[in-house]
Amino acid sequence: MLEVENLSCVRGDRRLFSSLNFSVQPGGLLQLTGPNGSGKTSLLRIICGLAPAADGEVRWQGASIRSLGEEYFTQVTYIGHRHGVKDELTAIENLRVSSGLGGTDVSEPEAANILRKMGLGGREHLPALFLSEGQRRRLALSRLGVCSKALWLLDEVLTSLDKAAVALVSSLIEEQLDKGGMAIVATHQDLNVSASSFQRIELAP
Amino acid sequence: MFRWVVWRDLMLAWRRRADVLATLFFFVIVVSLFPLSMEPETRTLRTIAPGVVWVAALLASMLSLGRLFANDYTDGTLEQMLLTPQPLYLIVLGKVLAQWVVSEIPLVLIAPVVGVQFGLSQTTLIVLTISLLIGTPVLSLIGAIGAGLTLGLRGSGVLVSLLVLPLYIPVLIFGAGAVQSSITGENPLPHLELQGAALVLTLVFAPWATSAALRISLE
Repeated sequence: MLEVENLSCVRGDRRLFSSLNFSVQPGGLLQLTGPNGSGKTSLLRIICGLAPAADGEVRWQGASIRSLGEEYFTQVTYIGHRHGVKDELTAIENLRVSSGLGGTDVSEPEAANILRKMGLGGREHLPALFLSEGQRRRLALSRLGVCSKALWLLDEVLTSLDKAAVALVSSLIEEQLDKGGMAIVATHQDLNVSASSFQRIELAP
Repeated sequence: MFRWVVWRDLMLAWRRRADVLATLFFFVIVVSLFPLSMEPETRTLRTIAPGVVWVAALLASMLSLGRLFANDYTDGTLEQMLLTPQPLYLIVLGKVLAQWVVSEIPLVLIAPVVGVQFGLSQTTLIVLTISLLIGTPVLSLIGAIGAGLTLGLRGSGVLVSLLVLPLYIPVLIFGAGAVQSSITGENPLPHLELQGAALVLTLVFAPWATSAALRISLE
């Protein structure tokens, strides 16, 4: 279970949000909305442990994520809007490297399989340079298909995706929730995901 | 995981061969300019050889520092690396190792060839190569700290030189010192041993300092 207690975030001399409280249970989905610059990305970066909070605490299974350190990272997958797809590497290489870095080794046939599922069939051996923006995002998201981490943090992942891809991502999230995982998604679009517990948090400007 | 970092960086370097070759050519050209611009007297050339080759190696290694983390930083890969279950220390070590193999090893290999222009004896050329072999990893390790600290800053290229070049001085002194003593017929071993000590020291502390720098830069 993920608990956020009394969290506040300050960027420069602006307070983005303060006294934020919520918790996500296994199988739960949380959607973050709010206007541009309201601190959605900052919140996700604090939850995944990249940035420190000005005040408050994030707890995973009851323990502060600061004290868990690398143990926490075995449970978390974060996909930001800068998705880290390398132009010079082929689609398969990109997927194998990014999941390898996350601690899951994927064999080449497995990777090809997932890429086909993500609608990148026939482009597995193409350098990512030749993929369109939407395809690159599909490639970045295909990492979700191989990782078995309990908490997904997705930041504006639906941008530049077509309808079919949005449906694909939604089904991936659904699978994750069915397995008892959790997902926090920052997006303006409507999520068409059936979740046992769904919350929406709107960050004020 | 460690091998993924190394494999990835080697692969990226292979696909961007031009960058690597540029560093190598820079080294060769800078070293070659000196014999061309001075009177071709063997004694003078021999005197300046250790300094010239080593200074050129320092400058060439500065060139590749910019690429160490900057690309991964802009496209978000570095964030992913910070969020891996393995210690950041290992990731930094892997990246530095790959950078050393790609940018410094070619330099070490070509050094005896360019050294011939200075009329160095065979023994001296061997000492030069060994001193570069021990010294260049230190350059990469120290450089990584600077690259990590200046990540995402404007004009980081100049800043990293100002930050890192002074820290290179001990390596330069012992490296050039080893070659110098080999030319004058003394024993170069003490210098090489001191270089080895510097290597061990930086191997332990530099990746750790770089990890801290990266965490700060990415906050």
